[in-house]
Amino acid sequence: MSQFLSISGLRATIDDQGSPKEILRGVDLEIPAGEVHAIMGPNGSGKSTLSYVLSGREDYEVTGGEVSFEGRDLLAMEPEERAAAGVFLAFQAPVELPGVNNANFLRTAVNAVRRARNEPELDAVQFLKAARAEAKRLSMDAEMLKRNVNVGFSGGEKKRNEVLQMALLQPRFAILDETDSGLDIDALRVVAEGVKALRSPSFSALVITHHQRLLDYLVPDRVHVMARGRILKSGGPELAHQLEAQGYAGFLAEAA
Amino acid sequence: MNAIGGRPSPAGGNNASGFLSRYAELRDSLPGDVCVRDVAAAQLEREGLPRREVEAWKYTNLRPLWDTSFAGGSAVQEADAGPVLDALLSTLGDENAASARLVFLNGLLSDGLSRLPGSVTIRRTVPQPLPAGLHPMLALNQMLSADGVAIEVPAGLDGGRLLVIGLGSAEHAPADWHARVSIALGAGASLSVLQIDQGTGCYLSNAAITVSVAEGASLRHARLQRDAASAMSFALVHAQIAERGSYDVFNLALGATLARFEVHARLVGAQAAVHVNGAQLLDGEQVADLTSVISHDAPNCNSRQTVKNVLQGRARGVFQGKIVVARPAQKTDGYQMNQALLLSEQAEIDAKPELEIYADDVKCSHGATVGALDEEQLFYLRSRGVPVPEARAMLVQAFLLDAIELVQDEPFRQVLDDAIATWWAGRAA
Repeated sequence: MSQFLSISGLRATIDDQGSPKEILRGVDLEIPAGEVHAIMGPNGSGKSTLSYVLSGREDYEVTGGEVSFEGRDLLAMEPEERAAAGVFLAFQAPVELPGVNNANFLRTAVNAVRRARNEPELDAVQFLKAARAEAKRLSMDAEMLKRNVNVGFSGGEKKRNEVLQMALLQPRFAILDETDSGLDIDALRVVAEGVKALRSPSFSALVITHHQRLLDYLVPDRVHVMARGRILKSGGPELAHQLEAQGYAGFLAEAA
Repeated sequence: MNAIGGRPSPAGGNNASGFLSRYAELRDSLPGDVCVRDVAAAQLEREGLPRREVEAWKYTNLRPLWDTSFAGGSAVQEADAGPVLDALLSTLGDENAASARLVFLNGLLSDGLSRLPGSVTIRRTVPQPLPAGLHPMLALNQMLSADGVAIEVPAGLDGGRLLVIGLGSAEHAPADWHARVSIALGAGASLSVLQIDQGTGCYLSNAAITVSVAEGASLRHARLQRDAASAMSFALVHAQIAERGSYDVFNLALGATLARFEVHARLVGAQAAVHVNGAQLLDGEQVADLTSVISHDAPNCNSRQTVKNVLQGRARGVFQGKIVVARPAQKTDGYQMNQALLLSEQAEIDAKPELEIYADDVKCSHGATVGALDEEQLFYLRSRGVPVPEARAMLVQAFLLDAIELVQDEPFRQVLDDAIATWWAGRAA
């Protein structure tokens, strides 16, 4: 039987002024279908690198290990193939696209994914209707659809825009890379609602966060502590509380 | 060896000799004042066509002009060109297709295919006397020009929209033509022109366009240059803009192996405006050049330029922009921006902005950027499922947007948008 998402022995490097620097040093992680997992860990532990490697960013070189997603070799797929297969990354720092209208961008993305999944494309009217409804649900001003992608958006607006994309693309596996950082309590709730709305037996999420607060809303099935490019410890939601109370120092000492 | 023998080497001979000897044959049969043509011929006899040592032609090598033996423009039957025109019109949208039009076939005005506008006066013209010290391409045009039109919009009138279509066809031997268009707007008049140049085969299209905008008049001029892959495409505009008048031109260069769109604009009355914008989308070995010389002669005028280059393969884009502010032209506002997106390692952009300012209270700025597609933006789009060709197209379109949206005539802008989309579809295939 093939697992939903299975990461084993994953190693990856990034080019550091001409020489490879190892960021992921053997990550092992299993995420079954229908579960929400959280990764916590100090800065520089490799959390964002893991999210980029899973979504196919080319700056990183995978030097070892395997990732299988619903039985497929995820690492062999192009970023757009991963998106079509249902992988979604909510960026920690969403990219600005000057000159690209947000509604056009969203529709192009939705239709590219629908095409790849052999679903009929949405015309402009159908799409706008769906996009407006989702925007409303996320308490987003529909004006944001008319602006250029992320250009001049506040930090909170950028994160909401990521959640809007997630809602429209209907992924099967979403990675949220510190989507909660810099958000006020209302925005945080919106992000959490966005993930909750997708929860189903065939949807899983990996939530990278520094804060307990988002996890209070989401209630993860598992919490993992990552440091120095590896998963050091895994546990239930109580692990997040423990981290919040004690900090990472204890875990790092324990692992060293 | 030739030098020692005292014989002139081919390189040292007159590089315009092919054109000059044709002129000698045709001189008595060409229409109009032969003296005007002789002046141009004498200049070419004396100076030839400029080589790369001449600063203004350093980046655009005219050598193919004298390396090719052109045979003039063969006549094209209207019956043959009709379907080509219909096919073109069918791509322009109903509103544009129904517009008045002037159609040139290999540089000759076609009465049968043109549809004259009501409120605008169209006259057939031949070369008019122009000042001594001609621009070399204008000299060539003046010497060999076989046909031309003068478009006049009477004072206070809106001349509406006008297509000026040049269809070229040179299937058997390299051909050349030197059309002449003059556009004059009376005080307070307005006109919107869409010029489309396209063709097949190897030809030299060397158009000379004079623009005269009277007080408070406004001319919008969009040009879609989609000349044949082996064509050489030259268009030279001399514009004069009077008080409160405006001339707004946009050149979209997609075609030809060698192309230059050149504008010399003179702001002669206070509060006049000129906008010389453009986009050059090139691939393969194409070279396209946008050169402008904007002279601020009067106070409180403004000039604006936004030029974008998208370069693939071994293509080369050239931008030369000169702003000259004369002593009386106080409160001049001049702006110039040239940007290039290099989509391959071998593509090249040559940009040369020049400011020459004699007045002391002016605002002039210029800028240039060169870059590749942003990898982060590309990844962002791909991570949302957008395949690479589509993602690249979106980013290139975004890059072009702030230039394209300067085309104020919306139906004409749509034509340029469509042409860009078609160009992209051709790359992605």
